[in-house]
Amino acid sequence: MEATTGLSIMTAKELTQIVLAHEELFILDVRNESDFNDWKVEGESIDIVNIPYFDLLDGVDDALDKIPDGKKLLVVCAKEGSSKFVAEQIVEAGRTNVQYLEGGMKSWSEHLEPVKVGELNGGGSLYQFVRIGKGCLSYMVVSNGEAAVIDTLRMTDVFEQFAKAQGAQIKHTLDTHLHADHISGGRKLAEQTGATYWLPPKDAGEVTFAYEKLEEGRNITVGNTTIRIQPLYSPGHTIGSTSFIVDDQYLLTGDILFIESIGRPDLAGKAEDWVSDLRETLYSRYKGLPQDLFVLPAHFGKVTELGEGGRVMAKLSDLYRNNPGLNMKEEDAFRRAVTENLPPQPNAYQEIRQTNMGKMNPSEDEQREMEIGPNRCAVHDR
Amino acid sequence: MKADLVLDTKGMACPMPIVKAKKALDGLAPGQIMEVQSTDKGSVNDFQAWVKQTKHELLSYKEESGIYKFFVKKI
Repeated sequence: MEATTGLSIMTAKELTQIVLAHEELFILDVRNESDFNDWKVEGESIDIVNIPYFDLLDGVDDALDKIPDGKKLLVVCAKEGSSKFVAEQIVEAGRTNVQYLEGGMKSWSEHLEPVKVGELNGGGSLYQFVRIGKGCLSYMVVSNGEAAVIDTLRMTDVFEQFAKAQGAQIKHTLDTHLHADHISGGRKLAEQTGATYWLPPKDAGEVTFAYEKLEEGRNITVGNTTIRIQPLYSPGHTIGSTSFIVDDQYLLTGDILFIESIGRPDLAGKAEDWVSDLRETLYSRYKGLPQDLFVLPAHFGKVTELGEGGRVMAKLSDLYRNNPGLNMKEEDAFRRAVTENLPPQPNAYQEIRQTNMGKMNPSEDEQREMEIGPNRCAVHDR
Repeated sequence: MKADLVLDTKGMACPMPIVKAKKALDGLAPGQIMEVQSTDKGSVNDFQAWVKQTKHELLSYKEESGIYKFFVKKI
């Protein structure tokens, strides 16, 4: 919205552009304190203050003292209603340049920003979809009129429309593992487009639907027998976790290896059992791969991990130098780091796993509620 | 529990349940009890935080087939 005076609306997409461009913004978050402390809008040039809307029922004078005059102000709440209520009063009090976030944190959680990762040698492109509010990353390989989507998020329309705009038909949807922090859109997208849904069999022991098995040696081709997706068994975050090497250039690591952290092994309740798998994957399997592969993870934890245009990517060799999770020499120290003092689990992670197995079928609204909050899949997310 | 006032905010979304509740509570005498009915799941945490912060007393809270019921005693 253009208006600089009075009250206007900011969309999640516009807020994303502000965060990525490091534009200055002051946010008044009017949700309750515990929701705010759990999860909020973050950005390197964003200042944020929390005053619950129910503390402002008698007027906004107390809030005005905490809001710098003359700076762009965005009022945020869970869904929108309360932020509009407060923002209107702030405008009535004479402030200008006031906006509220359309759809609130729910919209923020669901916004996906597509970013081009690069060209593929065999022709075609690789795209990353940044779910900036929750820290999830999906990928689309597009080549010769065909597409494959990896770690598809629940908002399947975004992928369908994007593929359509590229003139590509979605042929495959792949999940690197059974997700615990968000509801996979892989099965739904496959059903809607007639694509094949692929899952690692070791994570799919309890699923209630048919799928194709992601196994080493079963390469997947996208487009005119050009782009290869090579599955690479890499257990640790879950027992089935599988990485993909795309076009011999990109290593899609799922929730095993992130840019500034590594995956936690406890979300399926087997931390102790899977520590050695995780260590083996990170300290041996990945080490044996070409070190000039670009790592593309399924999550980011901090906004500092966002690079150019929001892209989250790093060279494998750089991660072996800089990522603390790859630099723990002692096996015992590693074991402690990935099993003790872990961050809280993602919201509703048990129900999310059940849903991804097809054992629960929550409504759209319930799914949205389940996914509230940050992803918390890494060891170092605090 | 017998309430002196029953406030129906069913179907209303944030911030209206609490806006209405505040107004209703302002009209009560100390010691009186207000029952607030709401269907807005998102308001549940807000309602509890709000009552705590107003220093009134949240006597009980329950959910009955999608309707949230709060009993608040004015102090």
